[in-house]
Amino acid sequence: MVAKLITTSSSGETNEYPLTKETITIGRKPNNDIPIDNLSVSGRHAQVITILDDSFLEDLGSTNGTYVNGKLVKKHALENGDNITLGKFQITYQSGAVDNEQDFEQTMIIRPGEAGMPEQATQNKDIDKSVQKISAAMASEAASTAPSPKANRSACLQLLSGANAGRELVLTKALTTIGQPGIQVAAITRRPQGFFLIHVDGGPDNNVPKVGGSAIGPSAHELKSHDIIEVAGVKMEFYLK
Amino acid sequence: MNLQEKITILGLTDTGLVRKRNEDAIGFDSALGLVVLADGMGGHRGGDVASSLTIDTIISALQRKLPTIEPGNIDPESGFSLESICILEAIDLANKTVYKTAKALPDHRGMGTTVVVLHFHNNTLSLAHIGDSRCYRVRDDNLEQITRDHSLLQELIDRGFYTTEEAKHSLNKNLVTRALGIDPGVTADIQEDIVKKNDIYLLCSDGLTDLVEDEYIYLTIKRFSDNLEEAGKRLITKANQNGGKDNISVMLCRIKDDFSTKKDWFSKMLAWFD
Repeated sequence: MVAKLITTSSSGETNEYPLTKETITIGRKPNNDIPIDNLSVSGRHAQVITILDDSFLEDLGSTNGTYVNGKLVKKHALENGDNITLGKFQITYQSGAVDNEQDFEQTMIIRPGEAGMPEQATQNKDIDKSVQKISAAMASEAASTAPSPKANRSACLQLLSGANAGRELVLTKALTTIGQPGIQVAAITRRPQGFFLIHVDGGPDNNVPKVGGSAIGPSAHELKSHDIIEVAGVKMEFYLK
Repeated sequence: MNLQEKITILGLTDTGLVRKRNEDAIGFDSALGLVVLADGMGGHRGGDVASSLTIDTIISALQRKLPTIEPGNIDPESGFSLESICILEAIDLANKTVYKTAKALPDHRGMGTTVVVLHFHNNTLSLAHIGDSRCYRVRDDNLEQITRDHSLLQELIDRGFYTTEEAKHSLNKNLVTRALGIDPGVTADIQEDIVKKNDIYLLCSDGLTDLVEDEYIYLTIKRFSDNLEEAGKRLITKANQNGGKDNISVMLCRIKDDFSTKKDWFSKMLAWFD
């Protein structure tokens, strides 16, 4: 159901205006979306901006002001049943959303890792179903391995080319820089979801690290076990133990 | 090392157009290179209490602890820098404080908060977070989200139940799977990264990212990289123009200069004998 404004003229005649446009203007001039032929109303009096299920009323600097439920407002988030007064003219706002929508916008904490269901049912079947799915997935992950399986594994780099070919470096630190001292070419960072290769500085030749033969982008690149990395011409294999 | 001259920090927070109170809280210490943002939630009351309590607890704990740390040391067990360990301890302390307060005050029951803690040290950063507040980095011509939300949406995407597009349409965004202060213990995600001169870091609450496109965020930060206040104001204005459904917080940090802790000749010599 679309939200709408319901106008009532002095003779008791009502008109409905569905809020289907993002911005709807109200005023005395005929080029308004809701023209009101009444001298107490300014030429461009107010506007209503609608985003998804929510509508906002804004006074456009009118002479006689805009009132909601008897209170003068500049900007107002409309609620179902709000009574808007422009000069001597009355408009009622009817929201398109269901009643629990208001509460629903609030951030809620759900804990799918635990008993399996949110603290309170969310009154939305879609979400409750998703939470159930997630709970099942998380429960099976928890049963099979440690809480965050990827991040807890240790990783290694084995050099494949260059003077130190064959050498192995265990990535014990959360952040390992690769390159000559003073010039950090690339880094491997351990994030909760796994290990990532980061391009730091290409130097004068603008050397971008490669994974599996192709240059990585400017954002962090998630590494998979046995990826072949090339940094500043040196090849190495990344693997998880 | 005083980082005031090396890093410019800006923090703005706004109630938005719909909510009655601002339940976001922000705090920073320019000298320490420390930036903290929290988005409170839950309970009939108390979202704002949870977030401001968290900011105060974390900042004051780190103001005490960080100056006592020798830079460049690694905790051998976890592989994280001592700075990162300190941050995790400060978050744990904030969690206990909020949890206890919520238990003690009946109308604050169920309050909790997201948190993002960013600390710059020795040309690197330590970044910890809980919930769906985020950290982004603008480097060269690229905007990258470097935290991963603890939200139902993200969990569903990670597990392949939905594509990013499908999830956007089928779910309410405001469901977090991890929050500070609702359980006796909490796990923060922590990561470290290299920091470069001219990097810009953005911390924000979902009041920004739910309403403003990444592209707009990127272009605004790029355009006003020399005037963070203007960038921050424009981002908040845009979120409000797009509905201002939630509180909006924006924190920006621009790296003006190298801030490595250069070792003196004596420690260099000692390193020889390692």
